[in-house]
Amino acid sequence: MLIGRVIGDVVATQKSPSHEGQKILVVQPLNLDGSDRGEAILALDAVQAGIGEKVLVTTEGWSAMTAVERPNSPIDMAIVGIVDTVDLIENVK
Amino acid sequence: MMLGRVIGNVVCTMKNASLEGKKILVVQPVGKDGKDRGKPVIALDAVGAGAGELVYWCRGREATYAWPEEVPTEATIVGIVDTVQIPEVGS
Repeated sequence: MLIGRVIGDVVATQKSPSHEGQKILVVQPLNLDGSDRGEAILALDAVQAGIGEKVLVTTEGWSAMTAVERPNSPIDMAIVGIVDTVDLIENVK
Repeated sequence: MMLGRVIGNVVCTMKNASLEGKKILVVQPVGKDGKDRGKPVIALDAVGAGAGELVYWCRGREATYAWPEEVPTEATIVGIVDTVQIPEVGS
């Protein structure tokens, strides 16, 4: 899984039937220090996340399909949590 | 899933039987700004996408689930993008 920030959404009329009724959000993956990490991705929303929120994204198919309750669907990423805080222990490797 | 733009198509006469009747397209991954990111990929089309269209595509084993039968693909176009809205918000 990765941590990211919801930065937008995508509207698509013509799409896989398994995506009907699902929110497609644009998520910018983040490093632990909050800086951008790589390219923005698209994930279906399983937790009613909103724009600007920090979220937990699963990037594996089975987990993503299960989260949005669409088994055997072409879904490889889903938002499965809204992050309240991330606590890091200092000086531990 | 990721954003991409359809920049071409691939024609194969000899191919796996499950690929018969399916469009094989060349997709250039793009970032949130619509600019090219990385190298093009070859993807099957599940939604009737055409040249130049902005699409979103799925990769991995999940890409085969766009059809009821087993299809040997690792990338599939699963939606044609109408709009991408990215409001300016402070982080």
